[in-house]
Amino acid sequence: MSSTVGAVPPTRAASPPPSAPLHRRRSYRLGRWDLKYSPYLYVTPFFVLFGVFGLFPVLYTVYVSLFDYELLSGTKEYAGLENYRLLMQDAQFWNAAYNTLGIFLLSTVPQLIVALMLANLLNRQMRARTLLRMGVVIPNITSVAAVGIIFALIFADRYGLINWLLGTVGFDPIAWRDNRFASWFAIAFMVDWRWTGYNALIYLGAMQAIPKDLYESASLDGASTWRQFWTITVPLIRPTILFTVIISTIGGFQIFTEPLMYGNGLVRGGVDHQFQTLAMYIYEKTFTGNSEYGYGAAMSWLLFMMIIIFALINFVLVRRSVKGDKK
Amino acid sequence: MRRRLRIAAAAVLAAGVALGSAGCSKKNDDEGSTGEGGQIKLVLQTFQNFGYDQAIKDFEAAHPNIKVEHQKMGELRDFQPKLVQWLAAGSGAGDVVGLEEGVLFGYVQNPDKFANLLDLGAGELKANFPEWKWNNAMTPDGKKLIALGTDVGGLAMCYRKDMFEKAGLPTDRDEVSKRMTTWQDYIALGKEFKASGKVKAAWLDSATSLMQPYVMQNSQTFFFDKDNKFIGDTNPVVKQTWDLGLQMAKDGLTAKTQRWSADWDGAFKNSAFATLPCPSWMTEGVIAQKSGPANSGKWDIANIPGGGGNWGGSYLAVPAQSKHPKEAYELAKYLTSKEGHLAAFKEAGAMPSDIAALDDPAFKDKTSEYFSGAPIGKIFGESVKNMKPVFLGAKHQQVWETIFEPQMQAAERNRLSSDAAWKKAVDEAKKATS
Repeated sequence: MSSTVGAVPPTRAASPPPSAPLHRRRSYRLGRWDLKYSPYLYVTPFFVLFGVFGLFPVLYTVYVSLFDYELLSGTKEYAGLENYRLLMQDAQFWNAAYNTLGIFLLSTVPQLIVALMLANLLNRQMRARTLLRMGVVIPNITSVAAVGIIFALIFADRYGLINWLLGTVGFDPIAWRDNRFASWFAIAFMVDWRWTGYNALIYLGAMQAIPKDLYESASLDGASTWRQFWTITVPLIRPTILFTVIISTIGGFQIFTEPLMYGNGLVRGGVDHQFQTLAMYIYEKTFTGNSEYGYGAAMSWLLFMMIIIFALINFVLVRRSVKGDKK
Repeated sequence: MRRRLRIAAAAVLAAGVALGSAGCSKKNDDEGSTGEGGQIKLVLQTFQNFGYDQAIKDFEAAHPNIKVEHQKMGELRDFQPKLVQWLAAGSGAGDVVGLEEGVLFGYVQNPDKFANLLDLGAGELKANFPEWKWNNAMTPDGKKLIALGTDVGGLAMCYRKDMFEKAGLPTDRDEVSKRMTTWQDYIALGKEFKASGKVKAAWLDSATSLMQPYVMQNSQTFFFDKDNKFIGDTNPVVKQTWDLGLQMAKDGLTAKTQRWSADWDGAFKNSAFATLPCPSWMTEGVIAQKSGPANSGKWDIANIPGGGGNWGGSYLAVPAQSKHPKEAYELAKYLTSKEGHLAAFKEAGAMPSDIAALDDPAFKDKTSEYFSGAPIGKIFGESVKNMKPVFLGAKHQQVWETIFEPQMQAAERNRLSSDAAWKKAVDEAKKATS
């Protein structure tokens, strides 16, 4: 088989047609175009679809945010940056931003640390390894709504499982919804329950790509498993950690269903909005009552900017604190 | 190269066409189309439980050319924003849609989204409904009717007979009704209940339970005046109920549960309170389901203190975007006729607003097994006859459910003082309605 590779087609080699230089130039040009442009063509379908279903809505949101837009009556008046100006003074918006950030920190930090530890454990030789590895993603395939309902019952104020347990050992029940921190904790707990296994599996995948001989030589040098984890595993999966941090940031800032279910389906997010997140406030303004689409669009756009800023901050933070090998 | 380009272009095109056509066929489905054999498909969208399963079967039997797809859209607060979007977008809404009393006025203000039922011949039905129920769905100029009345709330007082007995109170429903003709009587009886110390339960589920019936009995307006301006802070009756409810909480008469929450459900199951003002839709539809079969026969129903009154109730409208307005009107007309009302009553306890249905033995002589054989037809029927219309306004539901009720609950649980919670509620409501 290998002998035919590189063999020149006989016809062409035997008698080149008179128009050869022109033809060759043309086919050369086509070949160059092929190299230059066809990759763009291959990715075009994605960008066309993204343009229609991704970019257009984003840009249209910017457009809508410049109007005083009421849905049912169809009133639409140009308002310029008025929506943004009002937004800056809207205490409820900043309260929602504060809640979102709090819930995000409370859920993401422990979640990723536990996921890392869990992945490290799953990476060892043990029995029923595949079963255990599959087991950690089971929470993730559960419907968010179902998780929300069950956990809302577990963290219920009077007839909840946790308060009942606290009661049996003689503690006072916790006001899971009235207390801001308690409500954040409960919501963060739901998020962690669902996403820790998912992240662990991603970490595990990255860990398996690390060459085994690195660990072997480290063992020969007398490095403890803990030391190996910190100086070999963590730096080598740094890109993966960055990826999960960014993804968690995006998800964390858009958190909606968990706090909604937790608050008995009310977008208010507790009596005093103590666990109303940005997405819930956007929903409240955009879809209930007045249907203030312009205002909601302005908020959505601001949330978009916030996510980008926070993702960048996290990117820098993680890249600094988890040092990779210098190449 | 050229061929490759063509293939790529074809792929893009095909993807576009596939997506486009997928979108189109969905749309046609939603709007109701002509199906096999020239059958017309109508989409009916309702929330909670309108109890229309049997009524739809009967309607289809009488109209073999029409097929009804009943989409049950969950709770009002889930359905309401979707409906607004569909109406604004011009597609997606059903041929017949359910509208709740608390949000109806918002639609009356934007009548061009709906077919004028008067044009479709609804004028002949006017005498079938109480005047206020009919007028609520009419534009102020009286030229356009956007919806027909389905159920009304009616009001009564549901109570736990077994707990009353333990506490040494009368258990017979007539006697109970006599012992609490006014709200003051009701509170006094509650104190007696508590003082007996024999039942480990509160008297009432939540301080906020009084608001709806009390205001409906004592005022012709609620949070809005008839020009749809917010008057929640100046309507004296609203503040009266607020104080009355919170005083009961202070006296330890309420279970302090948040209505419509998991805890509220738990309170039913755990028999945590003895009484609950109940509109008819709440009897079989809410109390019986939440309390469960274990508590069957332990509940009973007495008259509401302070005389009749209303709480809740709905309408059926035909959106202007319907492709089959005539058939849609036929469906709405059937469902709001005597037969439709009685079928819905049988299925979901939804009380008729059709006058003939109210006098029909199927309603009038109806008793409820779950509620110790209480004559619910008689009790609720009478409460409707004493009913005075109350103007709710376009944003009633929003102001009550998302602003006043939560703040009142905050005060009940001592998170805020009553004054601070009141001030917050008023400020928020003013902001939301400005």
